[in-house]
Amino acid sequence: MSGTNSTAPQALNVSDLRDQLDGMAHREGIHKWDLGASRSSNATVQVDRGEAKQLKASQRSSITVRVWNDAGLVGITSTTDLSPSGLERALIGARDASQFGNANDIPGFSPLAMAPTPELNRPLQPALGIQKLLSTLKQAEKDLLGQHQAIETVPYNGLSEGSSERIYLNSDGAVRQVQRTQASLYLYARAEEMGRKPRSGGAIRVALGSEGLDVQGCVDEAAQRTLSHLNYQPIDTGRYLVCFTPEAFLDLLGAFSSLMNARAILDGVSLSDADSIGSRLAVPFLSLHDNGLHPGHVGAAPFDGEGTPTQRLRLIHNGQLESFLHSEATARHFGVKPTGHAGLGAKVSVGPDWFEVSTSEGTTSGTTHLHHSTSLDTFVLIESLNALHAGVKASQGSFSLPFDGWLVRDGEKLSVESATVAGDIRQVLSGIVHLEPDAKVTHQGVSPHVWVDGLAITGEA
Amino acid sequence: MHLSMPGVSRALLCAVLHNQSLTHSGGLVASHPTERQDHGLDPAQTAWQQRLEALLGEGCRAGADLVEVFLERTDHIGVLAEQDTITSVSPAFAMGAGIRVFSNQRDGFVSTNDLSDAGLLRALDQALGMLNLERHSAASLRSFDGLRPLRDFGLEKQGWLVQAPDLSSSTALLLQGTDLLQRHGQHLDVRRGSYSRDWQEVLVAASDGTFARDIRLHQSCGLSVLAADGEHRASIGRRYGSTDRPDDLKTWDVDASAAEVCASAATMLYADYVDGGQMPVVLANRFGGVIFHEACGHLLETTQLERGTSPFAGMVDQTIANPAVTAIDEGLSAGAFGSIAMDDEGMESQRTVLIENGVLKRFLSDRAGEMRTGHQRTGSGRRQNHGFAAASRMRNTYIAAGPHRPEELISSIDRGLYCKSMGGGSVGATGQFNFSVEEAYLIENGQLGQAVKGATLIGEAKEVMPRISMCADDLDLAAGYCGSVSGSIFVTVGQPHIKVDSITVGGR
Repeated sequence: MSGTNSTAPQALNVSDLRDQLDGMAHREGIHKWDLGASRSSNATVQVDRGEAKQLKASQRSSITVRVWNDAGLVGITSTTDLSPSGLERALIGARDASQFGNANDIPGFSPLAMAPTPELNRPLQPALGIQKLLSTLKQAEKDLLGQHQAIETVPYNGLSEGSSERIYLNSDGAVRQVQRTQASLYLYARAEEMGRKPRSGGAIRVALGSEGLDVQGCVDEAAQRTLSHLNYQPIDTGRYLVCFTPEAFLDLLGAFSSLMNARAILDGVSLSDADSIGSRLAVPFLSLHDNGLHPGHVGAAPFDGEGTPTQRLRLIHNGQLESFLHSEATARHFGVKPTGHAGLGAKVSVGPDWFEVSTSEGTTSGTTHLHHSTSLDTFVLIESLNALHAGVKASQGSFSLPFDGWLVRDGEKLSVESATVAGDIRQVLSGIVHLEPDAKVTHQGVSPHVWVDGLAITGEA
Repeated sequence: MHLSMPGVSRALLCAVLHNQSLTHSGGLVASHPTERQDHGLDPAQTAWQQRLEALLGEGCRAGADLVEVFLERTDHIGVLAEQDTITSVSPAFAMGAGIRVFSNQRDGFVSTNDLSDAGLLRALDQALGMLNLERHSAASLRSFDGLRPLRDFGLEKQGWLVQAPDLSSSTALLLQGTDLLQRHGQHLDVRRGSYSRDWQEVLVAASDGTFARDIRLHQSCGLSVLAADGEHRASIGRRYGSTDRPDDLKTWDVDASAAEVCASAATMLYADYVDGGQMPVVLANRFGGVIFHEACGHLLETTQLERGTSPFAGMVDQTIANPAVTAIDEGLSAGAFGSIAMDDEGMESQRTVLIENGVLKRFLSDRAGEMRTGHQRTGSGRRQNHGFAAASRMRNTYIAAGPHRPEELISSIDRGLYCKSMGGGSVGATGQFNFSVEEAYLIENGQLGQAVKGATLIGEAKEVMPRISMCADDLDLAAGYCGSVSGSIFVTVGQPHIKVDSITVGGR
């Protein structure tokens, strides 16, 4: 059986792409253009009670072409067709779209598009092939089902591996290219005891390649999380001392990243404004970086959609907002340098890469007795937040979200049957009472357990 | 699985079609002028039939039980207006194939952008290899008798891409919309209008002879605002969607939409946050149907039966809901966002009664679902694009109208919540569902009271379905997007006003 390597499409030919675009642009009288292209090859397996459920593979490629017309306005077109005719159609389509470009906000080339990029130590890993993935996942499912008789199925599971490539070119001669490999495993188990409701829990692992996945750790964590919810009961509605796991806090912070997003600020949909730099956003002992270069960030790339190098950026220092995330256009507006957080578009999107939450150097919360595994206080430990797409109102700062977690009393954990947590992100950030000392590297960032007092919980009791 | 991007009713949109006064700016042009000469996937004009038959034959000779090829071309435009400026125009076009091979009820699926013979053969080989099959191996007994005559659902739709609004007219309409928001609203920090047009041509061929083609056109437009006054903030949006109606945008009553958005924003700007707790609720029609979509609809897909995550497994002909509830999923309503002439496995769409007077009648099934669960296909095999294998998915899903007037539902409640406008929702592996409420009012002594915001409704499917005790007579539908195992697809949700006797309302 062939692995993904043997069937992977050829890598993108950067010089060929650039030559084609140059020639076409010259013929069409287009003097300024840039291009983002990507290619990926992936294989994924899913299993169901010892049998292969679905085996999937994909080979994908796409390009996005931006064109500046004679009036300086920008248009864009995307396509999966990398043939010469596809490229030409995209180029002409972008020029046509440029007639509708926004004269008030014209993106340009990043001034850092040819600056040196950071070295990322992300060696490419070989693909194991789909049959090996399948046998690995079958064994993982078997091991998970064997951990407890109440675990009946693992309805959501998947093991995937793949390679991808991304390039950025522009008519000034910028050339960026990165290749990477990635593998991921998720196991989400469902458990049910006689006369009780079904409960579920799961875990995820990512690595540069399948060989590097901590499969046993994923199995153990999925089992532990699932079983920890078997003993459940409703919770009384009220206000509680809440401890967010690193995963849950990073989810919440990510949902409100518009607080630090220059694009959102210029669009008027952020709670921050241009004068917010230097203002207090969180408790003094909280600091926040965006660090797309973190060693734990498996999907790290050395440059963003505009070719700007990725960097570690301090966003909040000692509770004060210190920087925004920028594209070329927003940085120009604010009179700073691009930060490496841009996409590629007619209107360029801006987004965070990899949050690092930490205790400000030399500070302490004053409530250091709190710890999620040893504290005797009564608190709600929120394991994961659900339905962020529906329950977060980022432009208002409010959230009302279902969650999975436990009511912890005198050190005893009792799973919460069904409940929501609600609040305002500004109150959360300014109401943090403690950051535990040990940060955890998750698949989406780094954070310790974060304690907040007085959050509203609605339960069924 | 989740539903997002609330829309409003087809009925409303249809109603305003006749009142539209916008002047359309003449010539309609495609985003790609060469489209008229492009025969795309039309087998009558191209060699696709021969190429597909060769491919399917290779798969069968390798020993596959069934081979299916899904070919696709798409053409998309997204437009965004902010305040009084067009800030983004994003055209995109794509093509690709998804090849699925079945053997002993297992399947391998490979998607690719490479539609050359070599590219398709490479994808077939990979899909076969997943199931330990190989071309040119020992002779197989499987035969392939060729494709049946094409069922061409797209024949009358050839011109849709060029008939859809051009950029001049769509951008002009959006700017008119944001201007009307300014006129109707107060305290508006942000005014936005957006439009998307998704054109898709699909060709499905399978070794059982299935051979069908369709052209789909989905258009969606919407207005939204962010109102702010001191510490008070409210973000309100409305989105409209239609299928297979190239002229729909031209007849959008943008003034009525702007007025509705601004009225809602004015109300919600100063609304208090709702107090959480258990209470009876009345859910408005249209997007109120998100409750059935999340609480029950997903759990009636054979995908969930295969996973063992549906609490309704094995309960056909048993009572699973209040006798007041009859629920339908269909792909036939003219112009509705979830309507499809054929599904993504080449099967003609149909009307499926899911629940009749509280009794479970049917599950939604696709090809794999029928193979693995025994539930007959319902024309519900759907996928976002060629990158996904089809799965059993909802189309236009709604609770049928009941005998009551909406006021009767509200007057039957001493203290509860009226949910006028809903946001997105989701359902998890254990049947726990949730959805957010964008605009709500307290019910006190049978009367609507003050506006409240920040509510999230949560519950469990098996518990909430028997609690839907009253259905009003004002069934209406709304467009939405549903994300699940086979990607994000266009759907319709709907219901009349309904009363839920008790549900958890998450608040502060």
